[in-house]
Amino acid sequence: MLVLGIETSTSVVSAALVDAEKLLAEVYLDSKEHHSRRLLPVISSLLGEVGVKIKDLAGIAVALGPGSFTGLRIGLATAKGLAHAGGKPLVGIPTLDALALNAAGVGGLICPVVVARREEIYTALYRWQEGRLRCLVSPQAVNPSSWVLKLASYGEPVYFLGDAVMPYRKVWEELHERAAFLPSENALPRAAQVARQGQIRLSRNRGDDLFQLKPLYLRPSAAEQKA
Amino acid sequence: MSEVILAVETSCDETAAAVVEGGTKVRANIVASQSIHRRFGGVVPEIASRRHLENIPVVVQEALDQAAISLADVHAVAATYGPGLVGALLVGLSYAKALAYALEKPFIGVHHLIGHIYAGFLEYPDLPLPAVCLVVSGGHTALLYLESHGRRYLMGATRDDAAGEAFDKVARALGLGYPGGPELERLAGRGNPAAVPFPRAWLEEGSLDFSFSGLKTAVLNYLRQEQQAGREINLADVAASFQQAVVDVLVGKTIKAAKRAPAVRSLLAVGGVASNEALRRALSVAAREAGLPVFIPRRAFCTDNAAMIACAAHYQYLRGEFSSLDLDAVPHLPLVESVVESPMGPLGP
Ligand SMILES: [Zn+2]
Repeated sequence: MLVLGIETSTSVVSAALVDAEKLLAEVYLDSKEHHSRRLLPVISSLLGEVGVKIKDLAGIAVALGPGSFTGLRIGLATAKGLAHAGGKPLVGIPTLDALALNAAGVGGLICPVVVARREEIYTALYRWQEGRLRCLVSPQAVNPSSWVLKLASYGEPVYFLGDAVMPYRKVWEELHERAAFLPSENALPRAAQVARQGQIRLSRNRGDDLFQLKPLYLRPSAAEQKA
Repeated sequence: MSEVILAVETSCDETAAAVVEGGTKVRANIVASQSIHRRFGGVVPEIASRRHLENIPVVVQEALDQAAISLADVHAVAATYGPGLVGALLVGLSYAKALAYALEKPFIGVHHLIGHIYAGFLEYPDLPLPAVCLVVSGGHTALLYLESHGRRYLMGATRDDAAGEAFDKVARALGLGYPGGPELERLAGRGNPAAVPFPRAWLEEGSLDFSFSGLKTAVLNYLRQEQQAGREINLADVAASFQQAVVDVLVGKTIKAAKRAPAVRSLLAVGGVASNEALRRALSVAAREAGLPVFIPRRAFCTDNAAMIACAAHYQYLRGEFSSLDLDAVPHLPLVESVVESPMGPLGP
């Protein structure tokens, strides 16, 4: 059961291929090049290396966000095009769920943080419990300073990861010894997690509707906010 | 059977897909307009991008259904890659590239303005070349010499506002809705085009460039003056006089270009503003006087659509001009990049 995963929520372009048992291939590129230049060539070379074609896939999983609006749309438009042409099921995976899985197994809270505009971050809160991820606070856009106060109220270690770790590191360190950080190799979203979550969902149901699936923007456009 | 091209176009606020066979046979031409922008008085890029992503699979499927084909029957996939709103372009481009890759068919990136020009060949495949082509839309105003398919020379372009932009701005000043072009045209139909002597910007002797910002300012000044003097303003007369000033310059420069370029056998006018009735009439009259046939596509092919992109892609397909999967959206893609500079230097005297 081959599933292709696509992750473009942050500055990273990533694609991965999993089967029911293991990760078969993954590309992770954090470069200055635009996602629209990178994504399809990355998918093409990844699948080419393992000799897999779109028609061989059981489905396509794509990160839904929150994250960069443009990045998400490139990922989702590409995933939809592949699914449409290949007649394959499509699954949208929330970016923060997949990101939190990079910290699977830690004892304490898992807090993915992703850069949003206007001095905010996208975040959610999870705990690793009985071998799986439990969501305590669902994805939202918040101000880092007010978010850290809420995190402090738990009185537990908090593992931070995501591209908003570095820009707001001083804020997270307000938790003192309870602030913990994942190694940089696990700090950003990876397509392997997206592909795995997609594979699990596709083994249980048919996935999402190609015609309906939308990114998790978490925010209306600026013009609609004003209106 | 000649080749079947599926094209998508998402450069502004229309999500469009078309299936065209052999560059002329339009088997489907679907355009989903985003009316939501009306209440903001203009296109909001972020909203346009979001809507494109929601619309694109539906619009593509509708085009396939109407053409009664499946994706497997498509020989190549084309998409506009610029100029336009970058976020909007990226949706159609990413989708089309993914379709082409998954179908293992060639992908063809198309310049939006070259697409507009090929609206002419979509409808009139035997349009005699060389031709002089007026491209006139909300974003662009330019004159091109089309020597043959694939050999184009830029003869003149706007130095400031595009003609369609001037229409939109003046329409707003007259209190008309968005998009302003068609509304202004309707109002002008009831006015006297000779009522107000607005300036015609011919620029320096012999220039084939355009400038419409001075005309727009003249209209705004006129409205302010009349208001301050407490005189009643006949809005229909203002609209008609403004429209006439634009039409006079567009037609005058097109004819001038046709007389200057070598061996011109026809005239072509394309783009959203080419759907303006006053322009179509004036250009037909002037062309008859100049002894040249004039070709103007029907309205549905003048405004943004994907059939014109498919037609442009057809000629690129015949020449084997395919794009690679790393093609990026280019919001300010220049016209000159796709236009061959004249080997004889500037055309004419
Ligand atoms: Zn256009």
